Amino acid sequence: MSLPQNDIIHTDPNQSKADETSTKQKVWQILGSVNDPEVPVLSVIDLGIIRDVSIENEGNENKEPQIAVTITPTYSGCPAMDVISMQIRLALLQNGFKNIHIKSVLSPAWTTEWMTEAGKNKLKAYGIAPPNPQQSVCSIQPFQAQEAIQCPRCNSYHTEMISQFGSTACKALYRCLDCKEPFDYFKCH
Amino acid sequence: MDNHSHMVTENDVQGMTQTKSLIEYTLHLADTNLILGHRNSEWTGHGPVLEQDIAISNIALDLIGQARNFYQYAATLINQNPDVADFDFNFDRPVTEDDLAYLRDAFDYKNHLLTEQQNGDWAHTILRQFYFSVWQYLFYGQLVKSTDQQLSSIAEKSLKETTYHVRWSSEWVIRLGDGTQESQQRMFEAISNFQNFYGELFEPAPYENDLLQESISVDVKKLKADWDKKVNEIFEEATLPFTPAKWSQAGGKTGIHTEHLGFILAEMQFLQRAYPNSIW
Repeated sequence: MSLPQNDIIHTDPNQSKADETSTKQKVWQILGSVNDPEVPVLSVIDLGIIRDVSIENEGNENKEPQIAVTITPTYSGCPAMDVISMQIRLALLQNGFKNIHIKSVLSPAWTTEWMTEAGKNKLKAYGIAPPNPQQSVCSIQPFQAQEAIQCPRCNSYHTEMISQFGSTACKALYRCLDCKEPFDYFKCH
Repeated sequence: MDNHSHMVTENDVQGMTQTKSLIEYTLHLADTNLILGHRNSEWTGHGPVLEQDIAISNIALDLIGQARNFYQYAATLINQNPDVADFDFNFDRPVTEDDLAYLRDAFDYKNHLLTEQQNGDWAHTILRQFYFSVWQYLFYGQLVKSTDQQLSSIAEKSLKETTYHVRWSSEWVIRLGDGTQESQQRMFEAISNFQNFYGELFEPAPYENDLLQESISVDVKKLKADWDKKVNEIFEEATLPFTPAKWSQAGGKTGIHTEHLGFILAEMQFLQRAYPNSIW
């Protein structure tokens, strides 16, 4: 994923190229302010659902820049996706962009591996256990040994799964056997 | 008289048949997800315990989400090929995913008969989900290789969700089968009631066969051996007997349904039929 901080700033004398970079950076910056309505501490960038940003007509004074944002759903039935798409559009409109295309792609399928480290830290601070790195847990075998999930409140690994389906499609329900608090786990996917 | 410019060539006919089959196939996949999703959603607020109420509702959400992806694709194909699809919506606007879900009648629906069967008790719902999810897991595993890019993408996305469904329903089959006398008895009844409904999962419809040659569709007949193996494995652990069915009900995939589908559609489609184009 090409996050703005990873982009190399062009020293290219071609001015329009430099403009494109700056517009792109601005769009990424705006996207960083759009949050998941279900998990409001996470931005759409933290969540890893922004797959691409491209700008056309950049530096052309006669045309509006055309912004294309490619997103991918977390789960097929996630009701937050329509809201997220609308919020991205609104945020870009508020910042003066008019020609906006939001495209949804299914492949490659979203994975929790795309969640940023910053996002994982924010989740934990919010009281939701962040996803473990993807390992053996995502298979069809019944009653398989669960990887230890750390309690986001007391940091104990002495926890157990109550249900692999939680309050939203992306979460499982856990309880801590030490501090006795139930908590959501953003399940690996 | 020169009719050459209007002559439909053999290639055109073949292309149109192919597109028609692709639309029907996509609708079949959409319908089967929607109807099972709808059935599962009937449990919302009625589950045996809160966590399992949430679980079955989550599975309903996944299935309806997958249905939407298929319906959106079907709508795109229909709008691109208005002469091919045999719908007479008579709209002066493009067809949408909602039209396909809310405005088609029972004989247009192409879902598996298994998915429209009544929820019954928890054992029936679990067994229906287990039979279906094991099939769907194997099915998506093959559809990922489809030469149709969009079907392949939907399969890739859905497969991850179906993985959770197989695990969850397997665990419940084991829990109920190897549970109390009462729970085992209820599983026996569920097995007996669904005995003639899972066979249709492996019976290709004509539109499926049309798409086989170009590797667009999945050869469902070939999924049976792996399905048997998985079901046997879980039944063994659940101390339940697995006897292969001697015959099977079929017809759902070509629009011939049991009496239950009409009731589902009556409830699901009521609002759009009574108040066309209403939104909320």
